[in-house]
Amino acid sequence: MGKTIAEKIFAAHLRDTPTPENVILDIDVVMCHEITTPIAITDLEARGMDRVFDTSKIKAVIDHVTPSKDSKTATQGKIIRDWARRHKIVDFFDIGANGVCHALFPEKGFVRPGYTVIMGDSHTCTHGAFGAFAAGIGTTDLEVGILKGVCSFRTPETMRITISGTLQDGVFAKDVILFIIKELTVNGATDKIMEFVGPVVEGMSMESRMTLCNMAIEAGATCGICLPDRVTAKYLWPFIKDQYESIDLAVEDFVRWHSDPDAEYVKEMSLDVSKLAPQVTFGYKPDEVKDVTEMDGTPVDQVYIGSCTNGRIEDLRSAARILKGKKIAANVRGILSPATPKVYSQAMEEGIIAIFMEAGFCVTNPTCGACLGMSNGVLAEGEICASTTNRNFNGRMGKGGIVHLMSPLTAAATAVQGHITDPRKLL
Amino acid sequence: MKEFGGKALFLDRSDINTDEIIPAKYLTENTKLALQPFILEDLKLGGFDPRKDIEGKGVIITRANFGCGSSREHAVWVFEVNDINVVIAESFARIFRQNMYNCGMLAIELPKKDIETLFGLGDAVTISVDLAGCKLTAQGSKKVVISFNLNEFDKNLVEAGGWLAYADKNY
Repeated sequence: MGKTIAEKIFAAHLRDTPTPENVILDIDVVMCHEITTPIAITDLEARGMDRVFDTSKIKAVIDHVTPSKDSKTATQGKIIRDWARRHKIVDFFDIGANGVCHALFPEKGFVRPGYTVIMGDSHTCTHGAFGAFAAGIGTTDLEVGILKGVCSFRTPETMRITISGTLQDGVFAKDVILFIIKELTVNGATDKIMEFVGPVVEGMSMESRMTLCNMAIEAGATCGICLPDRVTAKYLWPFIKDQYESIDLAVEDFVRWHSDPDAEYVKEMSLDVSKLAPQVTFGYKPDEVKDVTEMDGTPVDQVYIGSCTNGRIEDLRSAARILKGKKIAANVRGILSPATPKVYSQAMEEGIIAIFMEAGFCVTNPTCGACLGMSNGVLAEGEICASTTNRNFNGRMGKGGIVHLMSPLTAAATAVQGHITDPRKLL
Repeated sequence: MKEFGGKALFLDRSDINTDEIIPAKYLTENTKLALQPFILEDLKLGGFDPRKDIEGKGVIITRANFGCGSSREHAVWVFEVNDINVVIAESFARIFRQNMYNCGMLAIELPKKDIETLFGLGDAVTISVDLAGCKLTAQGSKKVVISFNLNEFDKNLVEAGGWLAYADKNY
């Protein structure tokens, strides 16, 4: 019987099989940030186990609240900073070089096809875009990851999602994944891996694939995953050029990770996205999704463009298409948070930052900030935000606030009109 | 081996997420104990008042997909520091379920009909868990005994006192 990509990655990293349902995997990359790691560090210290299994396999960043906003967040930063110095962790990204983890680490080339990746952050599934198995985990899993380089998982089951057709102008990966979550519901993929295949995925940039995989967790999935191909190889080329003689040879090598034709899936889903409209959430769950046309006219107080879902250069370019030469509505506060310093500087070079600022947006440094209501744009009770982030949970962006999730293009159109707007009307 | 059980708190809703269990603004706390007052602060559930309803409870009984959303283990710790060490649900989100076992706590999945039975026992229900026998006893308007399945590895984690102790011994 053939294997899926996830089964191949599991087989290549198998350390132990304590029961037929459970596996212990060797981990290639353990990622850390300042919200879920400090308690792991202090607990390891208290147990007399302040060690790391391999400094080169640990990547750390301060991204959730940066610059620190108070003594508590300053302390969190200090704990992870001191730890990174103490253990000589070279790949530690502090203020000035830091950005949203799931945008920053891919830019640095830390994730490769066939890798296993864990992080104390549920959106770790983003890195599956590179043909890796990447999963969000809790702090205890993180502690064991830091100490031993292993993590436990259930034996993987995969659902295959085949995406075909042609996306209309103004419709993006964000709209596709919101629609998939609506179809599957918030626990439709629990304990499963979502393998995204088909011509639409093959035609997507790495940025779009990251958006697609990023929200796999919102359907409960352990990981979203794309098959590594030429797009992957080109993105990674600066980091792998010493390893392969040519991009062609890298692409050829990646094929070994591809799912076999006779691999078994627990579920198959096919969708033709040719008629898909831009999607927007309502309510407090990411599976509560409607066509933008049904939400048109919903008033908003704030528009937020950023996060590990949609804070990359492609997202900023897409929003700038609508914002160019326009002003945002007087009733709206616009916030742009480019996801990484590289995205920020590239957006400056391309004149995108100027477009946002002339339109009336505030541009913040790269940070997770408002997405989870920690800083940089928290809502007041009863306020509504049109957001390119990933969760519309009750209170997510501030107690009593309401979040509507959408693509950067829809968010930009909404900012200009002052209420939720179908961006196709403004193109 | 610690005892698992206590008075039940019924949360009659599916898809309760970890932001509701412990909002992100409290994730800046650097000790588990500091989370204690903020348990279930943002839970959207009619009539629920965390300040009154948590008092004296040791077990949570709820519906499907409990603990979805963020990976924050704070959602498990906030239960632990409020002396709640068992959650019984129709299903769990993966990370929350693993975090429970990793901390040596119990996330017990029961079929919908058994969850209905528990919800039908009135407001004052006490649960005791027989881990070795994979049975739980619920004493409410009547007494019921329900068997449950427990993954052998998860059971070993609980017996070892959590994943760190287990991993340190075995890997």
